[in-house]
Amino acid sequence: MQLFPCPFCGDRDEREFHFAAEAGKSRPDTTGAVSDAEWATYLYAQRNDKGPVREVWVHLTCAELFVLERDSVTMAVLRATPLRQDPA
Amino acid sequence: MTGRRIEAGGLIDRAARLNFSFDGRNYTGHPGDTLASALLANGVRILGRSFKYHRPRGPWGAWFDDPNAMMNVRLGRDELPNCPATTTALVNGMSARAVNAWPSAAHDIKGGLDLFHRWLGAGFYYKTFMWPNWHLFEPSIRKMAGLGALEMSGIEGHVTDRVDDVCDLLVVGGGAAGLSAARAAAEAGQGVLLVEDHPELGGGLYRRGTPVDGQPPVAWVAEQRHAIEAAGGRILTGTTAYGVYDHGLVALSEDRGFAKAPRLWRMRVRRAILAAGATDRPLTFANNDLPGIMAVEAGLEFLGRHGVLVGQKIALASNTSFGDLAAERLEAAGATVRRYDPTARPLQGIGRKGLEAVRHGRYRYDADVLLASAGWTPLVHLWRHAGGKLRWSDALSAFLPGDPPEGMAAVGAANGTFDLDHAVEEAGCVATGTPLPQPRTRYHIAPHWPEPGGEGRQWIDFQHDVTLKDVEQAARENYTSVEHLKRYTTLGMASDQGKTSNMAGLAAMAAIQGRPIPEVGTTTFRPPFVPVPMELYHGTNRGQQFHPLKRLALEPQHRAAGAALGEYGGWLRPAWYGENPMTQAIRDEALMARQTVGVLDASPLGKIEVMGPDAEAFVNFIYYNTIRTLKPGRIRYGLMLTEGGVVYDDGVIARVAADHFVISCSSSHVDGVTALLESWRQDGNDPDRIFVHDCTAHWATITVTGPEARRVMRALDLPVQDVPHMSFCDAIFAGRPLRIARVSFTGDTSYEMSVPTGSALALWQAVKEAAEGRGGGPIGVEALSVLRAEKGYIMVGKDTDGETMPHDLGFTGPREKKKAAFVGDRSLHTATANASDRRQLVGLAVEEGAPALPTGAHIVTGGERPASQGYVTSSYDSPILGRPIAMALIAGGHARLGEEVTIWHMDETRSATITAACAFDRQGARLDA
Ligand SMILES: [Zn+2]
Repeated sequence: MQLFPCPFCGDRDEREFHFAAEAGKSRPDTTGAVSDAEWATYLYAQRNDKGPVREVWVHLTCAELFVLERDSVTMAVLRATPLRQDPA
Repeated sequence: MTGRRIEAGGLIDRAARLNFSFDGRNYTGHPGDTLASALLANGVRILGRSFKYHRPRGPWGAWFDDPNAMMNVRLGRDELPNCPATTTALVNGMSARAVNAWPSAAHDIKGGLDLFHRWLGAGFYYKTFMWPNWHLFEPSIRKMAGLGALEMSGIEGHVTDRVDDVCDLLVVGGGAAGLSAARAAAEAGQGVLLVEDHPELGGGLYRRGTPVDGQPPVAWVAEQRHAIEAAGGRILTGTTAYGVYDHGLVALSEDRGFAKAPRLWRMRVRRAILAAGATDRPLTFANNDLPGIMAVEAGLEFLGRHGVLVGQKIALASNTSFGDLAAERLEAAGATVRRYDPTARPLQGIGRKGLEAVRHGRYRYDADVLLASAGWTPLVHLWRHAGGKLRWSDALSAFLPGDPPEGMAAVGAANGTFDLDHAVEEAGCVATGTPLPQPRTRYHIAPHWPEPGGEGRQWIDFQHDVTLKDVEQAARENYTSVEHLKRYTTLGMASDQGKTSNMAGLAAMAAIQGRPIPEVGTTTFRPPFVPVPMELYHGTNRGQQFHPLKRLALEPQHRAAGAALGEYGGWLRPAWYGENPMTQAIRDEALMARQTVGVLDASPLGKIEVMGPDAEAFVNFIYYNTIRTLKPGRIRYGLMLTEGGVVYDDGVIARVAADHFVISCSSSHVDGVTALLESWRQDGNDPDRIFVHDCTAHWATITVTGPEARRVMRALDLPVQDVPHMSFCDAIFAGRPLRIARVSFTGDTSYEMSVPTGSALALWQAVKEAAEGRGGGPIGVEALSVLRAEKGYIMVGKDTDGETMPHDLGFTGPREKKKAAFVGDRSLHTATANASDRRQLVGLAVEEGAPALPTGAHIVTGGERPASQGYVTSSYDSPILGRPIAMALIAGGHARLGEEVTIWHMDETRSATITAACAFDRQGARLDA
């Protein structure tokens, strides 16, 4: 059971969080032309990196979404950043 | 007689007697005994039968390392299967039976299976029972080769309570090393928790029997306990650390007595010191599984802890320097001890139902017990759970803790520090972070491992009956990786998880292949370290505590009105009212709502406020439908989609002001929709310009529906003339705010009235009274389901599935015309979304006089092999129409109105005609009547 740091609440049990998305993915502008391939990539392609990853997680109990940097191999938590301060 | 109780010594209370039975015979023991120690004290040797061959077995170990003595134990009304006799504390009145043996462990009718061992080697079942199908044979094989039978009645109150806690330092193991570490750390000001799995502290001190710091073990242990507690440290005995998980979480199981669920401690630790000790590993020789052959440390443990001398003529075969102390101890207790060097020449056990003699090379010696050890194996399980590495020590012939996992250190025997004084010194240093002395050891071992090609049946895994020959066979068939070896032979897969067998197994494989042991490696160590009840993982995460029902403010009124309550989307809601049978009650309520007026508690309907300068653009993006053009005071029906274009929710949205909306989603989707809104709000928008607040629970909603609804409203003196269909107005009821919304889920004139939850009672009473005065009354969720189905109104998740897109439901407008981006938009224009055979929502009419279609029945093609073209999603008897109605998702359904189709259900076929989804009042004349 991991401990994740919510930028709003501090360290809490993993069970209180949900994975939301891989960070850095942006939604294609659907008011213009978007190819099938581009849309499929947006919907389904995940990097699923081995090692350091940047992900958006949500702390269910306070509803805060934030960027969580962690290591998918060692399970080390590297950093948590509020979404609104994230340059990406 | 072999084993007997000695006059003095051990931790048992000789003054008190406990009565118990084993396989139907009565015995006595003392407090401080385990089932195994008490049986050995009574001279019983056979405590169980092996899993596969039904070989007679006695205990090999004296604690969790015993794979043999498994029992079903009954105490009063409670029975537990598969209790290890060596770890089950004796309680007065216990009756135990050996598992996998009938009528008793001593006389097992399946013992004859052992004669067929030649054909029952590794992979026998896999190879023999493949044709035609393993599953034909599995039940009888499982019955023959099984463990204890389950008592199906269960144990009342067998519920784990869970404690979440933290500590600076967790010390695992209350032996000399653990006590020393805990004391040093506690006296240095650390918040220490010491756990010990035995009921008493002291670990291996009782089997050694030698003084510590000049004090006898019992006195020394008492002094350490006092010092630790005086310094603020905590101690939990009878508590096993059985798993180490991410980020310093250690799971502890605290024994609370027989047939009581253990307490689960979820301990978050900053640092842990592993002082779990080491166990003897078996010697591999012919007939090494005979009752009477046990670990050296087990013989000493029964002696030192339980006051039981396990044999009178003891053969001692050990390849380590610890053998000297062992012999001394046993002789002092009154046994004759003869020592054998297992490395000098092959050993063989002789005897049929128990050891009678030992053959050593050409010589044969009588013995009732053989204590054996092939060396010590440090207990590194938790170290590996935590991700620590192992290193091979040639000097100790063992895997030792290597590179440490974060926050963990190992001391004492668990670290290969086998000498008592060294272990105590090391523990103190590690606990306080002072430099360690140079490693040194007086322990000596002459390495001895299984020798392939040896004579007779040499057991590697006692519990699963895996022999050296099985390992050789696995190697021949190329199952040479230890993980393959394990799965092919089931070596190490019994309930002891290879605590005694893994080292011998991998050493055998190494010897067969001529590879060094560290190159062969170990299998993966996984929690739990010892078997724990499933209950420990379950605990209070059950029923209402796991998934609490949401309760209506008006529940007492519904109960008083005779409601049958049921769970709908997480809410406890009235399904119907009154004493009539279900079908009758639902029919009467549905008809009443059509003829006069029905009153429904609709409080669970979502009420999610969305506010802020960007709220309009936001909801316009969230909804499939255009919301931007909605005027304040008006309401619009809309769908929410996933990004995959699939319908996620339907509901209405009301615009309160230019920058203020209220989303009324399905009752069961409130949490999901709120999370979805938050997700888009924070990830993709400026969260300071949009605010989302779920206030579903703050408002109670009561709906009146039916031709008399308007008159009910007038009777309550509520302003109805200002509220056209799909609009709302704010009013005051009994001095409190009231919002009246004109939306309809029945197709009849309906008013949804929301008041602060605290005012629900007054509104409910007034509305109910007015309705009853007009021949109406309360209706439950079931009647509402009929009413909405008559109109072809969908319930998302019932009349839609994971592929349904809005145009499949007939909502094509936004897909074709909406210019602004919205969730799921691009997915509505793929080849899949444009396919002509999409399953579309339609109605079904049955033949005159035919009963309702079963929900879930398939619409099928004709021909030899009918294929599904869709299925019935909702089906009811419509009381107002006097005939069954149904909705279905059917391939290309919208273009097939009027077509007769075949319906298949449970091998029966019927026919039905495709119609529009709406079966009642297709012109909508009743909506604003
Ligand atoms: Zn939080």
